Amino acid sequence: MAVEQKTKTPIAEQDPVVRSTNFQEVCLGYTADEAKQEASRCLQCKTKPCMNGCPVGIDIPEFIRALREGNTDEAAEIIAKYSCFPAVCGRVCPQEKQCEGVCTVGRIKDCEPVAIGKLERFVADTALEKGIKVTPPKENNGKKVAVIGAGPSALALAGELAKKGFGVKIFEALHEAGGVLIYGIPEFRLPKSIVAAEVEKLRQLGVEIECNVVVGKTITMEELRAEYDAIYIAVGAGTPNMQGIAGSSLNGVYAANEYLTRINLMKGYKFPECDTPSKRAKNVVVVGAGNVAMDSARSAKRLGAERVTLVYRRSVEEMPARIEEYHHAVQEGIEFAWLTNPVEYLGDEKGKLTGVRCIKMQLGEPDDNGRRRPSPIEGSEFEIPCDLVVEAIGQGPNRVLLDEAPDLALNKRGYIDADPETGKTSIPGVYAGGDIVTGAATVIGAMGAAKKAAKAIEEYLTK
Amino acid sequence: MFKILSKEKLAPKEFSFWIEAPRIASHAKPGQFVSVRIAETGERIPLTIADFDAEAGNIRLIFQVVGKTTAAMSQLEAGDEIKDIAGPLGKASEVDKFGTVLLIGGGIGIAAIFPILRKLKQLGNRVIAILGGRSADLVILKEECKEFCDELIITTDDGSLGQKGLVTDAMRELATRGEKPEQVWCVGPSIMMKFCQLTAKELGWPIWVSLNPLMLDGTGMCGCCRVTIDGEIKFACVDGPEFDGHKVDWVEFMNRLAQYRDEEKISMEKYAAEVGEESWQ
Repeated sequence: MAVEQKTKTPIAEQDPVVRSTNFQEVCLGYTADEAKQEASRCLQCKTKPCMNGCPVGIDIPEFIRALREGNTDEAAEIIAKYSCFPAVCGRVCPQEKQCEGVCTVGRIKDCEPVAIGKLERFVADTALEKGIKVTPPKENNGKKVAVIGAGPSALALAGELAKKGFGVKIFEALHEAGGVLIYGIPEFRLPKSIVAAEVEKLRQLGVEIECNVVVGKTITMEELRAEYDAIYIAVGAGTPNMQGIAGSSLNGVYAANEYLTRINLMKGYKFPECDTPSKRAKNVVVVGAGNVAMDSARSAKRLGAERVTLVYRRSVEEMPARIEEYHHAVQEGIEFAWLTNPVEYLGDEKGKLTGVRCIKMQLGEPDDNGRRRPSPIEGSEFEIPCDLVVEAIGQGPNRVLLDEAPDLALNKRGYIDADPETGKTSIPGVYAGGDIVTGAATVIGAMGAAKKAAKAIEEYLTK
Repeated sequence: MFKILSKEKLAPKEFSFWIEAPRIASHAKPGQFVSVRIAETGERIPLTIADFDAEAGNIRLIFQVVGKTTAAMSQLEAGDEIKDIAGPLGKASEVDKFGTVLLIGGGIGIAAIFPILRKLKQLGNRVIAILGGRSADLVILKEECKEFCDELIITTDDGSLGQKGLVTDAMRELATRGEKPEQVWCVGPSIMMKFCQLTAKELGWPIWVSLNPLMLDGTGMCGCCRVTIDGEIKFACVDGPEFDGHKVDWVEFMNRLAQYRDEEKISMEKYAAEVGEESWQ
């Protein structure tokens, strides 16, 4: 099978030197011509492996066909059948592990897969620019659903059910809707205006959003259950894990959640125009190698750090981050210390961080997850001087709601025990999905769970 | 949006708002706090719920001007609205019928002590309170506290009201006359809480302190407010704000409070220059 253009159509990006000093989006997106050109690389194969690789099963060849024929509106309509937030997913999905990872073109010798994510983004952005109004359903079916949280899973579920005529109300603990999309993922990767536009579409669908409501505190689960016919819990995995090594409470040691929330939700990079400060440090060490670690490292650079070093106890092979984020980080001058683990944070007499003592690691046999288990190399300790550390080593379940709902069954890891096919929990009428069920995972996975739960809630309330 | 129903200046730099917040008012318990943001570009600050009226649907916040946000808050008037208030947050005070209880409030901390004190009285405890301030005008809520106290002791640094001296002096005097409270609560500046804890330890009294570390979201999401209790990392916003005073790492706590002092100064100076007259003084 011949493919004329072996590599992806190049896409415009902000120059690395320029962008590492600002928070504007790195990737500038395809032009219409570029998108058409890239779309022409798709083989339109009958087996559609990409569709199976997509957690929400978007008919990818079909939207690419429409795009190729110049029908961007049609392409948008096709995607909308499967996904509520293509402008978000086109930007943050780990496509190399999903659709693009199984793309037939990518399997041909020397060929890169079709840039499905970038095409999805082009279609979605074009639709957003046109400002297509969504029309609320003609009839409300009289059933009320409460959604707890306003992150990707919550928003997706709200959209699905609102379209079908359910009365949906979202309760969000923070002062703004969007969840991890607004407090976690930085502006340079996902502009907040995109999230705001998606949220606005939900409002047009008739979804009501009330912020500043901490369910379990401001209102109880019992009160919600008395007022609503069904409840969907999608509060995310919002509690930061910390290694808890010596020196963890020194000034200058941050959990990634705090570091990024200051920057993203509170706009700390605009201090003092915005009131919440983000520390500007010279030497920054980031612990971990997932997307959150990359976001932290690249944010630190943008806040003026001279040197940013990312330390990870495994090697680049096991790095969980999206490959694009890694490439961008490399371009922006982030340094990487692979097979390295911090053992102690060092500080001065005022409790201020001065450095990290690390130890070199080696990889042994694969663990239960198939990843090679790292172990420390004795006597290999060394110090990295720094004035700021960000620990980006994962999140756990937030206890606030769970503690106030003792009859909600949890799994061994402390997340909500919910049926993976329906989101059903141990309480009738209460469903859950997204990171609060699976542990920290992907935006698209959380949306996929929402789709299934929406279907289950619809059946439960209309049967 | 949350409407300010009334405003009162209690002391120099100290203000009281009654605010319409029905959901918070009907769920609040003594010891809890709210997270407040007053503007689109604003920061979130934690403030203790000084009082609440579930029936009327109102909460009372009492705050001291210590930085830009509280200064800007002091400029709001009855009828104005506060953009965001989330709560009630944190764990409620572990109130019960103990017998004799001692409540120590210092400065603005008296506002946090009041709802706990009232509840303890309602539960049938014999309530002794020590309220301290630098001078007479800084000892707030005297009348409110008095109503729910069996004994009210006031101390001021300059002797302008009550007895001259520190709250810890009053603690020792109580011990000298044979008092042995079953439980002590102390809320005030960190240095005062630390010394009250040390004194309580000497006297063998159990003591709760309400910690007020820097906080961002206030819902356990970020770890900004972490404190070390008995060698373990805890989040004050969800595990606290009250902790066993004898287990608090005070040095670390005070170091962490000072973390953003430079930025706080920049912010405050910028704001003071914008508004000109510092009417909160």
